[in-house]
Amino acid sequence: MSIQKWDKAEVAQRVANDIFEGAYVNLGIGQPTQVANHLPKDREVILHSENGILGMGPSPPDSAVDYDLINAGKQPVTLLKGGAFFHHADSFAMMRGGHLDICVLGAYQVSVTGDLANWSTGNPADIPAVGGAMDLAVGAKETWVMMDLFDKQGRCKLVPACTYPLTGVGCVARVYTDLAIFVFTPDGLTVTATAHGLSLEALMRMTGLTFTS
Amino acid sequence: MINKIAPNVADAIGTVADGSTVLIGGFGTAGIPSELIEGLIAQGARGLTIVNNNAGNGDAGLARLLKAGCVEKIICSFPRQSDSWVFDDLYRRKQIALELVPQGNLAERIRAAGAGIGGFFTPTGYGTALAKLPSGEPKETRLINGRWYVYETPIAGDLALVHAECGDRWGNLTYRMAARNFGPVMATAAKHTVASVRTIKNLGEIDPEHIVTPGIYVAKVVCRASEAER
Repeated sequence: MSIQKWDKAEVAQRVANDIFEGAYVNLGIGQPTQVANHLPKDREVILHSENGILGMGPSPPDSAVDYDLINAGKQPVTLLKGGAFFHHADSFAMMRGGHLDICVLGAYQVSVTGDLANWSTGNPADIPAVGGAMDLAVGAKETWVMMDLFDKQGRCKLVPACTYPLTGVGCVARVYTDLAIFVFTPDGLTVTATAHGLSLEALMRMTGLTFTS
Repeated sequence: MINKIAPNVADAIGTVADGSTVLIGGFGTAGIPSELIEGLIAQGARGLTIVNNNAGNGDAGLARLLKAGCVEKIICSFPRQSDSWVFDDLYRRKQIALELVPQGNLAERIRAAGAGIGGFFTPTGYGTALAKLPSGEPKETRLINGRWYVYETPIAGDLALVHAECGDRWGNLTYRMAARNFGPVMATAAKHTVASVRTIKNLGEIDPEHIVTPGIYVAKVVCRASEAER
């Protein structure tokens, strides 16, 4: 039986389904931003943007773009009724202070102990840039990662120990991938869902790792 | 009578010594004090340390200040952008020093300076390559209630350049939407804070409940005369 991978929209849909009513959520730049498009319409979720917005709404039509109202990815957004603005130190205080319920981030690698690597490939020729990645990784009550399980070279991104520079230590709670969803529990790494046609045994063979379900 | 309203940018900025540290607000397209950066370039101080979230975009504003060779060091969270070629070139030629700081640590280090706090322990960056001093020595760490924290020091400025919305002659300020970003914290952390505003209000016209930066933090307010009405 062939494996039917989840595409990016399906992964975003699965993340969105797991975000609970009333949650305060920060969606990282890139793929995680797409989660906003999949949140159930009957569920009220408050989105945070680290440049000082709570209650962030979808992107506006071109005619309503306001360059004072942008998200952390510097794209134009809107403000929902009830939304608020605040300065950068407050924005990161609400993050670091554990007031955000969930942040969703992309990753280069996640280790089996929940370490996250998503800010640098460690290539000395690259100019380093970190932004809010390290603050987000350790700040929210739960950090969820969205990534492909294998990189373009076919290397597994869920690893025994990260080889890329770390963003945070032991900070990841869940990993949503195109092949399976992983949850970190006190007993270790648990698989809560796999793509159609993929057994737990096959997943362990592919990754070289051991999981419970 | 107190009057912090300056007739022009040059007067507002005044004298800037070589080697000064300048805090510059702005995030993306929002809250960049472009006229004040132009004023700083015109002022001509060199050997500056610049504190900003980024390291300049395109060829204008902060990028132009960098290109003019006025900047010795930049403290920021995200220098690398699609249009940060001026910084990229200087960095690769080792013509500029970079202190990379996680964005929340950057904001809080500035806040600490403004609040008279001698540093703080933060979980952000623990166990990472950024938990090191510019010298390469590891930063001090401490286990507090079962969690590891890194000690971070305050960042104070000689000058802060802030983009606000409304201001009055006492220096009270309001901001607009996400253009607030670093403005209110930077305003507290410099010896000389200059705010550019869209509108100058009479004293008492800004609702006291809406003032974000009380005038005590602000030295000069200058109107963005050139800005088109929104």
